[in-house]
Amino acid sequence: MADTLQVSLWRGGSDGRYVDYAVPARESQTVLDVVTYVQRHLDATLSYRFACRVGMCGSCAMQVNGRARWTCRTHVSKVAEGGKLTVAPLENMPVIKDLAADMREFFGKWQRAKGRFAPSKTRNDPVEPIDPATPQRRAADAAIECINCGVCYASCDTVKWDKDYLGPAQLNRAWTLVNDVRDAGNRERLVAVSEGSGCHSCHSHQSCQEFCPVGLNPTRSIAGLKRKSLAAYLKGELKP
Amino acid sequence: MSMLANRTRPLWFAAMIHRLSGLGLAIFLPFHFLVLGLAIRGEAQLDTFLRWTDQPLVKFSESALVGLLAVHMLGGLRLLALENMSWRGGQAVRALGLIAIAALVAVYFLVRVF
Ligand code: HEM
Ligand code: SF4
Ligand code: SF4
Ligand code: FES
Repeated sequence: MADTLQVSLWRGGSDGRYVDYAVPARESQTVLDVVTYVQRHLDATLSYRFACRVGMCGSCAMQVNGRARWTCRTHVSKVAEGGKLTVAPLENMPVIKDLAADMREFFGKWQRAKGRFAPSKTRNDPVEPIDPATPQRRAADAAIECINCGVCYASCDTVKWDKDYLGPAQLNRAWTLVNDVRDAGNRERLVAVSEGSGCHSCHSHQSCQEFCPVGLNPTRSIAGLKRKSLAAYLKGELKP
Repeated sequence: MSMLANRTRPLWFAAMIHRLSGLGLAIFLPFHFLVLGLAIRGEAQLDTFLRWTDQPLVKFSESALVGLLAVHMLGGLRLLALENMSWRGGQAVRALGLIAIAALVAVYFLVRVF
C-alpha cells in the first residue's frame, strides 16, 4: 500500500475544476474520511455534506471515480485505482459548491410523484392491523428502505436525457405507497407517476438497481407502476 | 473526468444496441416498402432489382438487417418480459446471450444466401 493517496476533488461551482491533494493512506479508510481529511488539514473552505457516517442519512453521496456512491461506507481500498481517487458532486444535479450538489429538484420531484403518505384515517380511529405477509405489504417492504441518497438518480441516463423525468428513487417511493393499504391518495398518485415524464419513460437500464447502496430495486418498482397504471387506464380509471 | 460508470455496464451496452438497431430498422423500413411497391407495379422492374440484390455487398447488408431485426426483437422481448412478468435476475447475462444469438442468426443467414 502506498502511504499517500492522490486525490482530485472538484472545487467551485459548475465552472469549477479539479484540485489535487495528497492525503495519507490508512489501513481502513472511507472516501468520506479522505474528504474530511482535506477539509480538516489542507483546506478548510472545502464544502461537502455528511451526517450519520453509517449509511443511514443518505447525505454523503458523491461521484467517486465516475460512479455515484455513498462515501461514508465506501472503502478507499475497494475503489482507489492505483492510489488515485477522483471525487465530484453527484451527477444530474446542479452543483452548489465543491462536493455539495443541489438536491432541491430531486426532492421537488419526490413531491411531484406524490411521495407523501396520504392518510385515510385520523388519530381517533383504532390502529389498523397490517399483515406483513400479504403480497402488497411485501412489495412495499421490499422497496421501503430508501435513504434518499440520490445515487440512483445520479446514475440514471433517463434523468440525464429528460430533465422532467421523475427519477428512480421518487418512483420507487410512489410504488411503496401504491402498495400501502392505509393510503388514500393512490388515484392521484397513479396519475402523477404515469403522465408526462413518469414511469413510462424508464427504459429498464437497471443502473439504479445496480448502484443503489442499500440494494433496492427501483427498476422492479417502476415496472410495477407501469403495469398498475396501464391496468387502471384500461379500466378507464385514468384519463390521459 | 472518467467515463460515467453507468455507461460501462453490459445492460447499458444492450440498451444502446437496442436503440441503434431500432433506428437502423426505422431507416431501412421505407426502402423495404419501396421494393414491395416495385413488386406491385410490375415484374420487370422487380426482376431488375432482384438481380441487383445478387451482389455480395447487398447480401452482406441483408444479413446485417436480419441481425438488426433479430437483436432488436430479442432485446425488446427481454424488456417486455422483464417489465411484465415476475422479476428475474441475471439480466446482463440474458441480454448478452440474446445479442450473441442474434449475431449467430445473422451469420447463418449470410451462409445460407451465398
Ligand atoms: C420485431 C419486434 C419488435 C419488438 C419486440 C420491439 C420492441 C421494442 C421495445 C420493447 C422498445 C422499447 C425499448 C426501451 O424502452 O428502451 C422498442 C424501441 C424501439 N423500437 Fe422496437 N420492437 C420491434 C420492432 C421494431 C421495428 C421493426 C422497428 C423499426 C421500424 C423498431 C424501432 C424501434 C425504435 C426506433 C425504438 C426506440 C429505441 C430507444 O428509444 O432506445 N422496432 N422496441
Ligand atoms: S431502470 Fe429506469 S429509473 Fe433505473 S436507471 Fe434505468 S431508466 Fe433510470
Ligand atoms: S433507491 Fe437506493 S440509490 Fe436511490 S435514493 Fe434510495 S437508497 Fe439511494
Ligand atoms: S453520512 Fe449518512 S449515509 Fe453517509
